Amino acid sequence: MRRLLPICLLIGAVVAVQLVTEVSDTRYYLTQLTMAAYYCLLIIGLSVLMGYAGQISLGHAGFFAIGGYLSAALTTHNLIEYNQAGLVQALQQLGLLVSTQDIYGSSLLVVAPWAAALAAVCAAALIAWLLGIPVLKLKGHYLAMATLGFGIIVYRVALASSYFGEADGISEVPPFQLPFGLAVSGDFSARVENYYIAWGVLIIGLILLRNLIDSRVGRALRAIHAAPEAAEAMGVDTARFKLKVFVISAVYAAVAGVFLTHYNGGIGPSEAGVMKSVRYVAIVAVGGMANLNGALLMGVVLSFMSLRGVFGTYDDAVFGLILIVIMLFAPKGVLSLNPLARVRATIGRRRLSREGG
Amino acid sequence: MALLELRGLHKRFGGLHAVNDVSFGVERGLIKAVIGPNGAGKTTLFNLITGTVPASGGQVLFAESDISRKKPHQIASLGLARTFQNIKLFSDMSVLENVMVGLHVRSRTGFIGSMLRMPAGRREERRLRVQALQLLDRLGLSDFADCEATSLAFGQQRAVELARAMALQPSLLLLDEPAAGLNIYETAEVGRLISSIREQGVTVLLVEHDMSLVMDISDEVVVLSFGKKIAEDVPQSIQQNDEVIRVYLGE
Repeated sequence: MRRLLPICLLIGAVVAVQLVTEVSDTRYYLTQLTMAAYYCLLIIGLSVLMGYAGQISLGHAGFFAIGGYLSAALTTHNLIEYNQAGLVQALQQLGLLVSTQDIYGSSLLVVAPWAAALAAVCAAALIAWLLGIPVLKLKGHYLAMATLGFGIIVYRVALASSYFGEADGISEVPPFQLPFGLAVSGDFSARVENYYIAWGVLIIGLILLRNLIDSRVGRALRAIHAAPEAAEAMGVDTARFKLKVFVISAVYAAVAGVFLTHYNGGIGPSEAGVMKSVRYVAIVAVGGMANLNGALLMGVVLSFMSLRGVFGTYDDAVFGLILIVIMLFAPKGVLSLNPLARVRATIGRRRLSREGG
Repeated sequence: MALLELRGLHKRFGGLHAVNDVSFGVERGLIKAVIGPNGAGKTTLFNLITGTVPASGGQVLFAESDISRKKPHQIASLGLARTFQNIKLFSDMSVLENVMVGLHVRSRTGFIGSMLRMPAGRREERRLRVQALQLLDRLGLSDFADCEATSLAFGQQRAVELARAMALQPSLLLLDEPAAGLNIYETAEVGRLISSIREQGVTVLLVEHDMSLVMDISDEVVVLSFGKKIAEDVPQSIQQNDEVIRVYLGE
């Protein structure tokens, strides 16, 4: 029962917030809360990688972008001129393509959103796997720099490739039809529905990660973080476990990218930017590294504030500042700061030094 | 054949010949000690056996199979557990969780099974908990099960490390200076503990500086000096060995 309590509280809070926006006629907040939920999905995945397994990634915006860009490109690029090609015909027979009409009435043949989403997430997982094999041998700063390099590559590819729309990105991404008649789209009439889809996805993702941490695998990951040599001596295949958790967190980022792209109806290169990766690391740090609830809370609050424009044009600067302040004053996250305990500790130390002197 | 067999083991670090052509065997059911002055290559020898550092030459055979090229986690899963000279417990984890990591190779739930909390995984989790608690009970640590492991007193941390290694259900246990930093009472306790481990059918190879402990509990002693084996015998004969006395006390 104790396991379920935080989840129940979270579900209660999600419903309560929606009801409050309904009553107070502030439904427009739901848009940013929906987007914040998707960013949070990436953030909790990163929290498990960084806080529990102890591996940093400054390339998670890259995985987010791989998910988002691939599903956007596949669901928007018209394949009608290739419809004689064997591959396209085979895809059509498998039911992976859908034909529609664009707003001007010409016919469109594109990959179905679910198939595109699946391909995008699998691509992100595969790339994470291939990247992880060499770079996860690195530690600390070296791993941070290698993943940063990866993030820069994804950003520059998105910016340079006409397939991904260069500086304009990709727009007019169609809605993502889900079972039970639900659809991920930015349509105003579906705002409440999408708020619940986003939070539903996030809560499922959270439950899966909580289960993971509280298991044999989670213990092994924490052991790798605390004392890699001892973990290895206990029979933990550290390289394999690090690689798997890296892939899982990349999949979380890619799923977030897929959903948010369909919700926004498009994606641009700024989503792949290095500052985005830094921001995610900053949020995980604020939440307290090995603290999923903290990462979730801070992810929602800070993403929401940023999306509402609270930080104005200083958005990235604020996240840089947050990172510095957190590292200096609360390396275990703001939730670890118990003001009363700090005051008591300071008084105690003063008294000790007085008695000593 | 011996449970563990070292054949002409070499390790060079640059110009330093840390382990120089060392060969000996550890028979099943024995307690064997490796002694030698500081820098004799004892810990390096341990690291070669457990695969932590690769050997420059020679062979390590464990239960008749060559483990010289294997990774530490593979060697551990064959039933070779170890403790560390400078205790390496998992910080931010409870004593119970530390011991449960020791059961890693005796369990199998993977990433997907863990994330979905499959019934088989939950059953296994309950089994691991029970087994870990039994082990703690045997070592008199049950009261500390939920304490953070690194918050315990030094002697207790050593005991937790031993419990963690025993959780692996090893056939060979390597102890790197199990009595380092302990007072004489704690040292005597560790000696009793090691003897009781041997009575459970576990073969023990240890590195130790405390001569009284070594002479008390070991069946055989190997002496290293500057990376070379200079003697191998029963404790009584080692104490009479001229070469050993010269190495320890000077000319």
